[in-house]
Amino acid sequence: MNLMNLPAAFARQPWIVLIPLFGLVSLGAAVLYSAAGGSLHPYALSHVLRFLLFLVMAFAISSFSRNFFRMMAYPAYAAALLLLVLVELVGAVGVGVGAGSQRWLDLGFMTLQPSELMKPGIVLVLAKFYETLPAPLTASWRGLIPAGILIGAPALLVLIQPDLGTALAICFGGVVIMFLAGLPLSWFIGAVVPLIPIIPAAFFFVLHDYQRKRILTLFDPEADPQGDGYHIIQSKIAIGSGGFFGKGFGNGSQSHLQYLPESHTDFVFATMAEEWGMIGGLFVIMVFAIILGWGLRVASKSQDRFSSLLAAGMTTTIFFYVAINLMMVTGMAPVVGIPLPWMSHGGTSMMTNMICLGVLLAVNRWNRGPSSLS
Amino acid sequence: MKFRFRRAKPPRHISSGILRNSFERRTVVLGSLQGGVACLLAARLGYLAIFENEKYKLEAESNRVNLSLIPPRRGWILDRNGTPLASNRADFRVDVIPERMQDKDATIEMLSKLLNMTPIARQDLQDKLEDARGFAPVEVASRLDLDSFSAVSVRLPELPGVVTQRGYSRFYPDGVNVGHLVGYVGSASAEEYEKDRDPLLLTPGYKVGKDGLEKVFEHELRGKPGARRTEVTAMGRVVRDLETRDDTPGETVKLTIDAGLQDFAARRLGTESGSIVVIDCQNGDILAMASMPSFDPNSFSDGIGRLEWKMLADDDHVPLRNKVLRGLYPPGSTVKPMVSLAFREAGLDPDESVYCGGGLRVGNRVFHCWKRGGHGQVNMAKGIYQSCDVYFYAMVQRMGMDVISAMARKLGLGQEFDLPVVGQSYGTVPDPAWKLRKYGKQWQTFDSVNATIGQGYFLVNPLQMAVMSSRIASGKKLMPRLLYTGKPQEAESLGIPQDHLDYVHQAMRDVVNGPGTAHVAAPLVPGIEIAGKTGTAQVVSLSVSNGKSGPFKYRDHGHFMSFAPWDKPRYACAISIEHGGGSGAATPIARDIWTYLFDREKGLSQLEALESQWGGTSQERANARYASYVREYGVSAPKVSTEQEAEAVRAAENTQNQPQPIMSEAQTPRPEPAPTNSGAPDSAATRPAASNGPAPSSGAAPNPNTGGGTQ
Repeated sequence: MNLMNLPAAFARQPWIVLIPLFGLVSLGAAVLYSAAGGSLHPYALSHVLRFLLFLVMAFAISSFSRNFFRMMAYPAYAAALLLLVLVELVGAVGVGVGAGSQRWLDLGFMTLQPSELMKPGIVLVLAKFYETLPAPLTASWRGLIPAGILIGAPALLVLIQPDLGTALAICFGGVVIMFLAGLPLSWFIGAVVPLIPIIPAAFFFVLHDYQRKRILTLFDPEADPQGDGYHIIQSKIAIGSGGFFGKGFGNGSQSHLQYLPESHTDFVFATMAEEWGMIGGLFVIMVFAIILGWGLRVASKSQDRFSSLLAAGMTTTIFFYVAINLMMVTGMAPVVGIPLPWMSHGGTSMMTNMICLGVLLAVNRWNRGPSSLS
Repeated sequence: MKFRFRRAKPPRHISSGILRNSFERRTVVLGSLQGGVACLLAARLGYLAIFENEKYKLEAESNRVNLSLIPPRRGWILDRNGTPLASNRADFRVDVIPERMQDKDATIEMLSKLLNMTPIARQDLQDKLEDARGFAPVEVASRLDLDSFSAVSVRLPELPGVVTQRGYSRFYPDGVNVGHLVGYVGSASAEEYEKDRDPLLLTPGYKVGKDGLEKVFEHELRGKPGARRTEVTAMGRVVRDLETRDDTPGETVKLTIDAGLQDFAARRLGTESGSIVVIDCQNGDILAMASMPSFDPNSFSDGIGRLEWKMLADDDHVPLRNKVLRGLYPPGSTVKPMVSLAFREAGLDPDESVYCGGGLRVGNRVFHCWKRGGHGQVNMAKGIYQSCDVYFYAMVQRMGMDVISAMARKLGLGQEFDLPVVGQSYGTVPDPAWKLRKYGKQWQTFDSVNATIGQGYFLVNPLQMAVMSSRIASGKKLMPRLLYTGKPQEAESLGIPQDHLDYVHQAMRDVVNGPGTAHVAAPLVPGIEIAGKTGTAQVVSLSVSNGKSGPFKYRDHGHFMSFAPWDKPRYACAISIEHGGGSGAATPIARDIWTYLFDREKGLSQLEALESQWGGTSQERANARYASYVREYGVSAPKVSTEQEAEAVRAAENTQNQPQPIMSEAQTPRPEPAPTNSGAPDSAATRPAASNGPAPSSGAAPNPNTGGGTQ
């Protein structure tokens, strides 16, 4: 990217999406400011700074060429997979302090969660895979098995960490790409039918106790109001008590008096809805609808298979975060540790989502027609 | 019907164009799915925030706001001078609510470590928890120092069900000395809550009256609770007070009791089992009613532990019985002034004398005087001051029993008084009609003989004896009072002629100051002369025990009833020493009580000298006894069930309904202390009776027209 091109590059950005996104991040910062008891520290300021930092990164990502992405697809995937294996080894050796749950690599200056990198990674590698796969083979085993291995390896590694939420996110992203890549519909139906007996079996034999409890709790949170149902109950109280207009900025008793757990991370939406009401909630949903809708439009507009799969996959990854988190906080999904993009405090999820955004911006740029850079 | 089966299609050729179309269609599906989720979320949001808004608002509010009752401070119980007998003191306390505890054993383990609980305290806590109903708070410890209190407070999040509180606890400055009078408080039992239904009873640390005045005046003393609304965090930390309504303390109850005298009387009883009642002869105010041994209401109010029960159960002095109201004893010779008044009312000339040769023959039976050597010539006065039995045996044959029982009732025996107490045992004043009703038997000569010397079926409690004393002293139908009014009592006259009273007063004065049986009782205050009458009541017949030594339970009861000053009565007093071995146990106590009443300093120095022999004050001895039990038994004392506790209390209190065996013979009167000036028996010049009166009629002279004795 040439410095002289900067104003032009600036003008080319999809402001129709970026401005609502800035609004969302600002709202997130305001909520975090309030959750910290009316203080920029420790959440709000770092939230905004991270966003700005990763925005620069996203623009940087968006400036790379299509071919560079193509070239990097397999190496990036391999690197992320290697990191996942590394985390397992470190966990097995017992360097980490997390009791039975090792998800981070301590790089010294920051902790890195490789499973997060795998979310865009799986999309990238599958887009590349299906682009190179000859069209007639899409409906053959060669369209399924390698892709299944590409998805299965990281998903398995993440599952034994154990991090069910991220494993599901990787699988979901991968399966959606398979779906969009044109694998026969009957395969998907054929996969769902055996799942009907497998899901209950997995529920009883594969899931950890605490994961099982979380799912049971969803159906009856009041059964254990002080224990496993606590998160869901308190979150619903926060959202429900906010009403239409909310209790007002800084007046959320659920978050301020610590009834709402994880009020600045996973349950940040409940913290927001308590103070900003349903209006705030609708705003958040609307911004996500704008971003995701734009993402899908970018996917449909792109002419080549790689770009369209890549854009749709990245959109799906963001969607998975948003949908699971919002369903969780409103009591429609079990409590899994999935943060809300651009609102929850946390560096790793911000990074993942900004990578997704950066890729979408890149595809958007490629769509604008032949450029010297593409 | 025919089916035509299509053959499986050959795999169709897929081109990139087809894939592109498929991609576009499927993207639309994906987009619709995402739009659907968005709509679902918006709808869910609306449902929670609008449709269920009210419900969640309430829940958020009940999260945020903690409403706690401020238990009302209990009303004080004061003596007549405003000295507290029961007060409150600021207190740090820890309670548990069994229902809310998650891991009982771990919680108790941690609490006992934090509070340095002794094994005994821990055992008592376990017992209380076993008996507790889930919702009712159980006291773990009170009167904590700030350090242990804070140690528990900071760990509250790990200790569900534990409640720490700054509040007030009941305090009885005089401890054991007011146990029976004031009673004690304790956490409300399930039955009490069932009856009352006041949520206040479930407030940790709240106590209700369990006995004595605390129980009787529960309603007045309780007051109204306040409330505190606080904003709390999820961890239970109070962020700020939202609103506080102060409690309304309970009413003060002011008694006629004189705290100093009460304390003195209880301490003076020393190691004896007995009671002392002092009544103001001008208005009927009860100045003291002490019953010892007693329990310490301060330690009872924390709940009664195993060791405390063992101490009470092991004590043959029946510490659970308020002997002033529940102790029933044959009054012995203390009835003689009363009997004399009855005889005079029936027309007996006091100067008429009887020869006492140590016994009186009626028919073919001889009824003995306590003084086997005989009193010689005895008139009414001498009958009183030397307590001659034969005089009364002889006269009752003429005057009949009915006049005696009428006078006894008039003077308060057999009566229940309108007092704010949990119960009275009113005893028995026998007469022929009563015997016929109760046993279906005719009244016998020996029944009259027994009654004139306060034996047989006669049973009175010490309060009645004190009332009798006050009525003889004042000539008025004084009713005993316990609630302080500050007003005189408009008591009607008993209708006894003044000269009758004067005669008896004089004779009773001579008991102490003349040739009588109780010189020991004279107070150590110059110029104060008391009037009194001794009484020794036998418990078992002579064939079992001589009543002076031997097993405690066979020893005679000792009584002394008195008033002073003898000519202008101000106070009346009755002392009963259970199994004291005779009136000799009561008279020295009377001396010190009267000394104290007229010279407090002197009385106290007397007492302190005695207490140094006994091993400390009543409170100190009770504490020492507890300490020795701790050393001896530790946690090995057996658990006492609630039913057993109730049974023990019932047994101690239910004196009125104890069986009274039918009498088949006269009881042998027990010897009274020999008059000190026996060398010159009838020398006192002040006596109204003629000394060395004319030769009386022979001892066997009376005509048995009223006694109905046929044998």
